[in-house]
Amino acid sequence: MRAALSVGVLAALVVMSLITGIIDLRGDDNALSLLMVSRIPRTAAALIAGAALAIAGAIMQMLVRNRFVEPMTAGTGQGAALGILGAILFFPGAPVQVQMGIAAATALVTSLGFLAMVQRLPTTQPLLVPLVGLIYGGLLAAVVTFVAYQADLLQFIDIWMNGEFSGVLQGRYELLWIAAAVAVAAYFIADQFAIVGMGRTISVNLGLKYRQVMALGLCAIAVISALTVVTVGAIPFVGLVVPNIVSRLYGDNLRQTLPLTALWGAGAVLLCDILGRVSRYPFEIPVGTVFGVIGTAVFLVLLYKRPAHERS
Amino acid sequence: MIKVEGVTYQIVRQEILSDVSVNIPKGGVTALIGPNGAGKSTLLSLIARLMPLQTGTIHVDGQAIGQTPSDTLARSLAILPQASDIAPRLTVAQLVRFGRYPHSKGRPTPACLEKVEEAMMRFDLGALQDRMIDTLSGGQRQRALIAMSYAQDTDYLLLDEPLNNLDIAAARHLMKLLQTMARAEGKTILIVLHDINYAGAYADRIVAMRKGRIMAEGPPQSVISTQALAEIFDTDAHVVLQDGRPLVMV
Repeated sequence: MRAALSVGVLAALVVMSLITGIIDLRGDDNALSLLMVSRIPRTAAALIAGAALAIAGAIMQMLVRNRFVEPMTAGTGQGAALGILGAILFFPGAPVQVQMGIAAATALVTSLGFLAMVQRLPTTQPLLVPLVGLIYGGLLAAVVTFVAYQADLLQFIDIWMNGEFSGVLQGRYELLWIAAAVAVAAYFIADQFAIVGMGRTISVNLGLKYRQVMALGLCAIAVISALTVVTVGAIPFVGLVVPNIVSRLYGDNLRQTLPLTALWGAGAVLLCDILGRVSRYPFEIPVGTVFGVIGTAVFLVLLYKRPAHERS
Repeated sequence: MIKVEGVTYQIVRQEILSDVSVNIPKGGVTALIGPNGAGKSTLLSLIARLMPLQTGTIHVDGQAIGQTPSDTLARSLAILPQASDIAPRLTVAQLVRFGRYPHSKGRPTPACLEKVEEAMMRFDLGALQDRMIDTLSGGQRQRALIAMSYAQDTDYLLLDEPLNNLDIAAARHLMKLLQTMARAEGKTILIVLHDINYAGAYADRIVAMRKGRIMAEGPPQSVISTQALAEIFDTDAHVVLQDGRPLVMV
C-alpha cells in the first residue's frame, strides 16, 4: 500500500519534472529531442542520485552504528572531491572513468579514516560521532579548497560541492547509472548490513564475515559518493534525512525498508529539483541549496517529534 | 563437548588466562563463577571466537575454533549478546528471525519460520512480536535476545552474565528456561554467573576461576563450600546445604 502510494507520487513527480522548463513541449516540433537530450536525463539523474545517496546514508548509519552520519557530511564526499582534484592535477589527460576511479579510491580512504576515528570515540557519547564527522569533512574540504586555489581550479569546487542538475544532458550523466547498479547490488546484502548494525558480537555470533561486510559497505558508499560528486555535485542531507524518516516510521529491517528509502530519496531530490526550477523561474536554485533548507527543517521537526511506535 | 586445552591469553603483557584447560561435557548447564577479573568473560569470548586465540586450542564438538569457518560454527554455537548492544530499530519478530540467518542466509525456509514461531511461543513473546525492541523493558529485551539464540538452534549456548538488570522473577524464569532447554533438548549451556546462589540452584556443574586459572570444577555441592569461597573469592561467607543444594548466607 505505502509502496504503491510512493510509486504513484514518484510517477507524478517524474511527469512534473518532464514538463517543467523554459520551453513548452506543446506544439514544439523538437519536443521529443528536447525530452531525450535534456529533460529525461535530468530527471533520471535526480532520481538516481536521490535513491543512491539515501541508500548510501542508510548503509553508513549501519556500519558506524550512528543515526546522525551520512557520506556527504562525514568526509566521503569531500574525499571524492579531493580525488577528482588530484586526478585533474596529476593525470589531466586521463579518461573520465580513470578519474572517477581515483575519486572513488580517495573517497574510500577518507571513509576508512572516519571509521578509524569513530572506533576510538567513547560509545557513551553518540553525538560526538557526527560532530567529528563534520569537523573531519570540513578539514578535508579546506584542503580541497587550498589545493584548488593554488592550482587555479577554484571554479570546479562549486561544481563538485554544490549539487545541481541544470548541467545534466544526454552523454554527461550516464556514469550515474553505475551508482544505481551499486545501490541495487547493496540491496542484495541488505540483511548483512542490518546484522552489522547490531554490532560485532551479534555479527560474529551469526557467522557473518564482519570485516568483509564492512569493506563492501564502505566501497558502496565511496563509489556512490564519488559518482554523485563528479557528475552532479554533492547533495548534503539526503543520506541523513531520508533514512532517518524511514527508520522512524518502519524500523531498520533493511531488506524491507531499503526499497522505500530509495523511493523516498529519489522523490525528495526530484521534488527539490523541481522546486529549485520553478521558485525563481526562469532562473534556477541549485538542488543542494533547496534540499539543505527543506531537509534540515524536516529533520528538526523529526528530532523533536517522538517516533511513531512510542505514541500509543 | 567443549574442550579447552592450554589456553593462555594476554592483554598488553598482562596474563588474563594462564594455561587454562577444561572440558565442558555435552548436555546440561555449566556455570562459570569467580571474582571480577578472573577471566570468565575472556574464556567465553575465546570459545565464541569473538577474540582470536593466542596460545592453546579450543574444540567445540571436534571443530577447532579459529580454523572452522565462522558460519559453520554459527550453526552449532551461539553466544547471547549483552542486551545494550542492540542499536537498530527492529521488532521482536524481526530480531528473532535474524537468529535463523546462519541456516537460511536471509531466505527463510518453512522450517525456519516454524522454529521462529516456536521460539516466540517458548519465550512468551507472542503479544510483543510487533513491538520495537527499544521500547521493551530490560527483562523483555533479554527474553527476545534469548529467543533469537534459541531460534539459532545450536547445540551450544554461551551466556555472559545474563541476569544483570533482571529482577528476581525474571532471573528465576530465565534460569528455569535454560534448565529446561538443557534437560529436555540436550543443549549444552555455559553461563557466567555472579550470583553463586543462582549457580548453586540451577547449574548441573560449576567451574570456578580465579586469576586466570581454573580453581575447581564439579557438581555444585562439591565446589561451593565455605572454604572454597574463602579461597576463590577471599570472603568469609558461610555456606549451608538446603535440600541438597549449597546456599551462601550473604
